[in-house]
Formats: sequence, structure tokens, C-alpha cells
Amino acid sequence: MGETLLRYREDAVTGAPVLSLEDFLASDPMSNGAAAVRITPGEDARALLPHLGRIALIEVTFPAYTDGRGYSSARILREQGYTGELRASGDVLIDQLSHMCRCGFDAFAPAKPIAAGAAAKAVATWPEVYQKTVDGRSPIWAKRHGL
Amino acid sequence: MYQYDQYDQAMVDARVDEFRGQVLRRLSGELTEDQFKPLRLKNGLYLQLHAYMLRVAIPYGTLNGRQMRLLGDIADKYDRGYGHFTTRQNIQYNWIKLDDTPDILAELATVEMHAIQTSGNCIRNISSDHMAGAAADELVDPRPYAELLRQWSTFHPEFDYLPRKFKIAVIASDTDRAAMRLHDIGIQIVKNDAGEIGAKFHVGGGMGRTPMIGPMIREFVPALQMVSYAEACLRVYNRYGRRDNKYKARIKILVHEIGADEYRRQVEEEFAHILTLGLEPPQAEFDRIAAFFADPGLESGVLDKVDRSDPDFALWLDQNTAPHKQPGYAVVVISLKPTGGIPGDATADQIRLMAELSTAYSLDELRVTHTQNIVLPHVKKADLYTVWQKLDAAGLGSANLDLISDIIACPGLDYCSLANARSIPLAQKISQRFADMDRQRDLGELKLKISGCINACGHHHAGHIGILGVDKRGIENFQLSFGGSEAADTSLADITGPGFSEDGVVDALEKATNVYLAQRAEGERFLDTYRRIGMAPFKEAIYG
Repeated sequence: MGETLLRYREDAVTGAPVLSLEDFLASDPMSNGAAAVRITPGEDARALLPHLGRIALIEVTFPAYTDGRGYSSARILREQGYTGELRASGDVLIDQLSHMCRCGFDAFAPAKPIAAGAAAKAVATWPEVYQKTVDGRSPIWAKRHGL
Repeated sequence: MYQYDQYDQAMVDARVDEFRGQVLRRLSGELTEDQFKPLRLKNGLYLQLHAYMLRVAIPYGTLNGRQMRLLGDIADKYDRGYGHFTTRQNIQYNWIKLDDTPDILAELATVEMHAIQTSGNCIRNISSDHMAGAAADELVDPRPYAELLRQWSTFHPEFDYLPRKFKIAVIASDTDRAAMRLHDIGIQIVKNDAGEIGAKFHVGGGMGRTPMIGPMIREFVPALQMVSYAEACLRVYNRYGRRDNKYKARIKILVHEIGADEYRRQVEEEFAHILTLGLEPPQAEFDRIAAFFADPGLESGVLDKVDRSDPDFALWLDQNTAPHKQPGYAVVVISLKPTGGIPGDATADQIRLMAELSTAYSLDELRVTHTQNIVLPHVKKADLYTVWQKLDAAGLGSANLDLISDIIACPGLDYCSLANARSIPLAQKISQRFADMDRQRDLGELKLKISGCINACGHHHAGHIGILGVDKRGIENFQLSFGGSEAADTSLADITGPGFSEDGVVDALEKATNVYLAQRAEGERFLDTYRRIGMAPFKEAIYG
């Protein structure tokens, strides 16, 4: 493993065990405390939508960095109002951090550790952005027209 | 045409800095070639058979004289004195040194150019009609829509690791000059019954090893929802496109496997959600962009007459110019297909000459066509003779537009590491065999396209005559096909039968043209005759 968690949030990391999507959906919705769940590239993030209020951590796995499905999963979750930790894990490389942040990830568990300083620099790669996403950044078209 | 503001410039400059850092990490050994590869591919840098190849983006094929001049200078300074214009309206340099690439990108950035997303599994350079803004038959200029999509797709964070590359074309006339329905997304700007402008979306077209004509997915997307609809199309593809097999990963396979109706249903669902997010740039932004294209400086009351007394000029005039929407102007197509030449190649001097001509005679604009030629879109009829003389003196006067020697060919095995066969020498042989211009004109419009491997970069599926080079037990073999079209009557070509040697395919091609000459009815092109009489008579002549 040897993974190091890079985290861009103030709250404490949840102690809840990270369940697979299948186990999570089968678990008791009335149980105490917020849950943690892991989704893989082929799993539908929308299956979590009815449960977002009781989830503290969603881990989105990237078995290979070239498989970009997790970017859509992340945006969908944030677009639907999920505010808990959204963690990218696995084959997460420094050159992807900036786009991942734009899609709503706020924590990273890369299989190969990334130094915090280098990560912060990578996240700040783009001075401006063309698209409105879920990261709250004002896109270029909005700045142009004072929106 | 469009001009960067401080935001656009900041994005391109940031990219140059990022890539300079990545190249340094590679040269110092901090990055291995495996680690570097996906990074360089995001900047259009390929490792080919003999050297690095750099592909520079020419958004929707439009550029100005200053940009063209720099492309010529780069060919001299960093390559071997020439460049290659591609079927995606871009330019490629084939002999690039890795450590020069950050400087090349920095020079490009000084004229608002870049190599962003010219390779990799992301949204590629948006292509368009090379006659945009000049064509007499267009509804509106499609380029403001293409520019809006260019900005939306640039560094799009969700769609940088798609299952496969993704190509979008935007046109705005019923005459399709951009092979629109052979793109992952083909958009035609249309007007609905209420007189409003919007976008008709075709999704899932493409060439490659499984050619498909894109089905119409939505008849009318309001102009101010086009970005949101594109976002929905891409999201469905990113989530559900196949990733288990590189050869089945294009969106055409997804649309084909689940069916156009089911794909449409999923897109509509996603679209309804995305509309709630407010991602669409406002009308004011579209208007800002459109203003750059509105008036290139066309004059009214210009002499609407050409002196045809020089017969060689008259031949070129009839073959290589097209009507302009403004009286007194014409659209000039400069052929990059001289007899025996390499389709799409131009020397640094030729590139600079075309730049000069655009500044002096075409309101400082040029276009790259997907057929690997160059357009001067706004030439006064009174200047045509001068322009032709200058072109002719520079070896750019070939009067062969849309004739059999106006060949599309991929770089093939002379450069490309994917190729199975050499496309360029075959193209050269064919243009030499048919060098007699009277004969070419007699054969009329005949779109010949050659690919050196099954990936179909030479668009052979869409050729009136298509040729595909394959490797048959270590020997180059060429398959012949007839009946393709990339125009509004899009169709895919049919394979004739067993393949040929390089010389054999030229002979077979010649026999096929003889069948056409013998069988054609009044006014029929090769394609029309083939569609009417079918494969059998051609087959008999070729294999009989």
C-alpha cells in the first residue's frame, strides 16, 4: 500500500469502515453514524443519491488513470448536493489532480504517494477555467460578462 | 476571425509552462518514456518511426496571415523545411526534436496557437466548413458555434480520459464540406419552423475499422443549450462507452450497440439534469464571439467580372474557385496536390507565400480543408489572375480540385508507426499515371482517398474510390473500394474483392475509370454511375 492521504477539507476523517456499494446498499439505513462507501468505475454513482445525507465518505477508485469514469461519478455526486468527503484512490497521478479537484474530489489516496507541496502546485495549474463545474470557480465566460 | 483576450492567452501560456516542466522532467530522467507519453500526447507530440511528430491545432481550420507565416518559419527552424496539412484541418511537423518542443509551443503561443488536445483520448480540435463565412449557401457562419465549443472543450476536466478520442464537426449549410456525419458528434446549425437558430446533433459517426454514419440524435437543440447538450452526450459516453477493447471504444460502437433510441433517451435524461446546473455561456458571450466573425471587411460594389483570356488561368478558375456570397469575390482553393507530390505537404516558402497572399488578397484569412488543401476565402475577382500567377510560379497552381489527382492520403508507413503500408508513394504513382489534365477533367469529380492502415486516417471509406493498405504476410497489399461519399449524401464504400500490389492497384483503378467512361450517362460523376450500375461491371473489368 504505502498510500498517503492528501486531504483538502477541515473535518476529521471518518472512522467508519469503507463498504463496497453492494454491502452499503444492503446495510441498515437506520444504523447509527455516517457511513463510508467505495464505488468502482463500472458502478453507477446515482445508486447513492437516495442516501447522500448519511454518507461521510465516498471513495471513487481509479484502477488505471486512463479510465475516466470516476470524473463523471464525482461530478454527479456533487451536482446532487453531496458535501461529504469525495476521495480518489488508486492510480491517481500528479498530472490529474487539478482536473479531479474541478470535478469535486477533495481528497486523494494515490497508490504512489505524492508530496503535498507538489500536489498543491499541481492543483493550481490553471489560472482560469473555461467551464463551470462543481468547484465554485467562476468560468472565463462569466468573468468576461461580469456574471 | 476570433482573437484571444487575456483569458485565452493566459490558458495557452500556462500550458506552455506546464509542458516545459514536463519535458525537463523527461530529459532529466525523472519521467520515464511510459510516464511521459500520456503527457506529451496531450500536447500533440507523437513518437513516430523516425522522430517526434508535432501536431498543431488550427481551430475549425481558420487562420490568419501572421499565423500561417509562423507555421512556415517553424518548418524551417525546427523541421526539414516543410509541413503536412492534415484531414483534421491541422498541420503536422514530422522531424521534431523533443528538447525544441517547448520553444515551438512558446512561439506558437505568440500568435494565439497551440497543440492542445491534438491527440489523446479527449475532445480533439473542432473542425468545420472550410468555406464558412464565404459560402453562398450557408445559413449562418458556423465558426462562432465552433469557437464556443472550442472553449468549452479546452481542458474540460470531466472528459480528459474518455474511452477513446472524440471528434466534433460543426457546419451550417446543407452542402456538407466537412464530412460532418463521419464525426463522433456532427452538428449542423439549422433554423426551426419558428425561425430560431439551433443545432441538429448527429452522434456516433466515424471511420476507422468500423465505419459508421452518425444517426440523427436530436433535430433541434436551441442555440443557447448547445453546450449543455454536448455535455450530456459526452457524459453518457464517458460513463458507458466501452473500455475493454480499444477497437470498440469509440462512441459509434456505444450508439450502435445500445441503439440510437436508447442513447437518445439517456442523453435526454442527462440533458434535463444538466440544464438545471446553469453551465451554458450566456447570449452575450456568443455575441462577443460572433462579432469577431461578422465582417472580415468585404467591400460592396466590387467589379464582378474576370478576364478569362489566358486559357491556363481559365482552367484553374473553373476548377479551383467557388462562388462567394459577396458579389465581386471568389473563394480560391490552393491545391497541395501537384503531380507526383505528397498530398498535403507544403514547403516553408510555399507556406509563407500563401500567408503573404492571404494578407494581400484575402482579408488576411486562410483555411485548411479536410481534403488537405488551403483556401483563400475572400479574393476579389479582379485579383484572381495575379493570385494565380503567383501561386503557379511557386508550384501551387495545380488546377485539379476534386479531380482524381486531388488525393487524400495519410502519412502511411513513411512516417507513421501504426501504418501497414506506404500511402504516399501510391498517391504519387496515381497522380503520375493520370498526369494528363484533359483526361482528369474528362473523368470529372472523383474523390480518391488512401489510408495506409485500417485506422482510416486517409478517409478511404468515404472515397468515391478508396484504397486501404494492409500488410499481407509481410507484403504491402492494397484493397480497392468504390462508392463512398463524405458529402451530404454520405455513404460508405464497398470493397471490390481481393487486394493488389502497388502497381496492380493503379492498373485496377485505371480499368475502373474506363468502365465509368464507357458506361456513364449524361452528367454522371463516377460515383453516380457506380451507384446506378453497381459493382458487377467494375469487378468484371478489374478481375476478369
